[in-house]
Amino acid sequence: MLDNISLLVQAPLLNVQLLLDGLFIGAIFALAAYGLALVWGVMNVKNLAQGDFVMMGGYIAWFLTTKGIHPFYGLPVAIVLMFAFGWVVYITIIRRIIDKDLFTSLLATFGLALVISQLLNLAFGPEVQVAESNYAINYLFGGMVTVASIKFIALILAAILAALVISFMKLSRMGQAIRATAQDPRAAKVMGINTERIYAFTFALNAAICGAAGALVAMIWVIQPFFGIGYAIRSFVIVTAAGLGNLPGVIIAGLGLGGAELYAGFIFGAELQQFSVVGLLVAVLVWRQIQQRRHRQAVQ
Amino acid sequence: MSLSQQKFLLYSSILLAGILAPFVFSDYTFQITVLWLMILFALTWDILGGQMGYNSLGNIFFFGIGMYVCALVQVGLYYDVATYTSATGGAKLNLTPEQYFTGLGLGMIAAACVSVVFAVIFGWVVFGLRGPYFAIGTLGFTLAAGELFGAWEYVGGGGGIALPVYPGEPDDRSFFFYILIFVLAIATFLFLRWLYSGRFGLAANAIRDDEEKAEAMGIHTLRYKTVGWSIAAFFLGISGAVFGNMVGFIEPLEVAFPTVTFGIFMVVMCLLGGKGTLWGPVVGATLFHIFKEVTWTYMLGWQWVALGGGIIILVVFFQQGLMGWAQDKWPERFGLTVDKNVVAHEKPEAAQ
Repeated sequence: MLDNISLLVQAPLLNVQLLLDGLFIGAIFALAAYGLALVWGVMNVKNLAQGDFVMMGGYIAWFLTTKGIHPFYGLPVAIVLMFAFGWVVYITIIRRIIDKDLFTSLLATFGLALVISQLLNLAFGPEVQVAESNYAINYLFGGMVTVASIKFIALILAAILAALVISFMKLSRMGQAIRATAQDPRAAKVMGINTERIYAFTFALNAAICGAAGALVAMIWVIQPFFGIGYAIRSFVIVTAAGLGNLPGVIIAGLGLGGAELYAGFIFGAELQQFSVVGLLVAVLVWRQIQQRRHRQAVQ
Repeated sequence: MSLSQQKFLLYSSILLAGILAPFVFSDYTFQITVLWLMILFALTWDILGGQMGYNSLGNIFFFGIGMYVCALVQVGLYYDVATYTSATGGAKLNLTPEQYFTGLGLGMIAAACVSVVFAVIFGWVVFGLRGPYFAIGTLGFTLAAGELFGAWEYVGGGGGIALPVYPGEPDDRSFFFYILIFVLAIATFLFLRWLYSGRFGLAANAIRDDEEKAEAMGIHTLRYKTVGWSIAAFFLGISGAVFGNMVGFIEPLEVAFPTVTFGIFMVVMCLLGGKGTLWGPVVGATLFHIFKEVTWTYMLGWQWVALGGGIIILVVFFQQGLMGWAQDKWPERFGLTVDKNVVAHEKPEAAQ
């Protein structure tokens, strides 16, 4: 462990590599976490199937590349298909659990996560897959730092998507209605907003964001049917750390988590990388508790 | 026949069935042992999940801790643990019967003690969390523990530990572990029956209904929650110790910390039977286990999809569970008195 730290000090360029990779993957985490924060804030549903939505988006993009379609075109397809899927999930399941207690939504979406990951496993097998984009790999600093072009492109795409979603929420009529419903559903209903439709749209929008994130993951990293729960946990870490309704916080926490995870993986070794993600979740929850205890309140 | 006679008949027939089961269905001893284990899981989950309203997704943590502690004690008494685990599965411990049973006994005691200690520490960390944060926090803790044990070379890492071999015939062995788990499950049930009938049960239900008010009424909520969790940890730790020996081999993610199998099953069984009731977990666990054993092998990979779908349907449409449904239907059989006026007031169309 100490060897690895001294390696980082002796070869500063390794830090550049880790930070860049952390930035690329963190942008995608931030996207998925934003979807979670949206659904959580608007309809108070904790979606444990978040990560499996990401994997579904990834598999759509990957499946299209096996048919010879470039993942760039797979991205919009994933968005549209996942939007429809999210709407269907809302109508069949989420609609019935919105007004139930909070553990219900957690358990129901856990069941959903189980179904999705197992269906993906049955359909595509448990192998690790990647959607090849056939772009060049750039060598910076005389070959010390390697960055594939696709990662830069994915980062730009993630930024564009985030900007689109944010401006949609700020400027459009629908976004206004969603924010109004999040603030006070009853008042929104009185004002003539069809809250049922807003909920369905929000959930579908979340699924579409996850689908986009998944297509990006398939391009720059790997997908596998059972990787979903990891993304769900990462989203929870980010949203819990940032606090609900704190959008800049979600983005910063997402990028930070990406960097922290890669550093932990480098310093402690790859077998502890998964541990560091869940360990961070526990650490964030403990930290939030200490914060809340000062106000003599529980984290809820 | 009076109510107490009926109860006596029920208990004695269950006891009799439990004792006779391994003789009658001797080919299925392992499955019946797991059935009792499932009943124990559901009962211990219900202490917090049902009675106190703290839905944990991480109770399986204590099962794994108990398993590892017992294994370390059993091996460590007669051998050096580090050399034993580094000899990749090649080394077999052949102990005399006396050594084996001393090791197992001490291991079970150690497992129970360490689990309780962990419950107190861990409870101190997570009991400030409410609702979904509590569930996510405990889930995170358990996943983290599984990953940590998988990376910890001293206890065998991802390869796991092989436990000492039982000194005796295979049939004796399975019967021995059956009796251990059976006695443990019965003891858990009787202990919880006693516990719920007293002050603890009332305090636990008060915490479930409104924690702030309970605290205002002078109930030390943190203490009750910690005690409740320690009780669950105590029984889960011992059951983990026994189950590890029964399987004979500990692997961190599949056997010791099976979060997505046993860890979820215990929640589902409680929901199926009706959480917050004494008999609910028992009924739920029995039905779930029988259904699972009968259908699991015929579904060819679809069983997990069916399980996920089952969880969704159960949670969305049938939340009160079998016992909860029965309690609504025949309240007087459960010793509940229903004020007809209140009921009529709440449901005017039903009264008319």
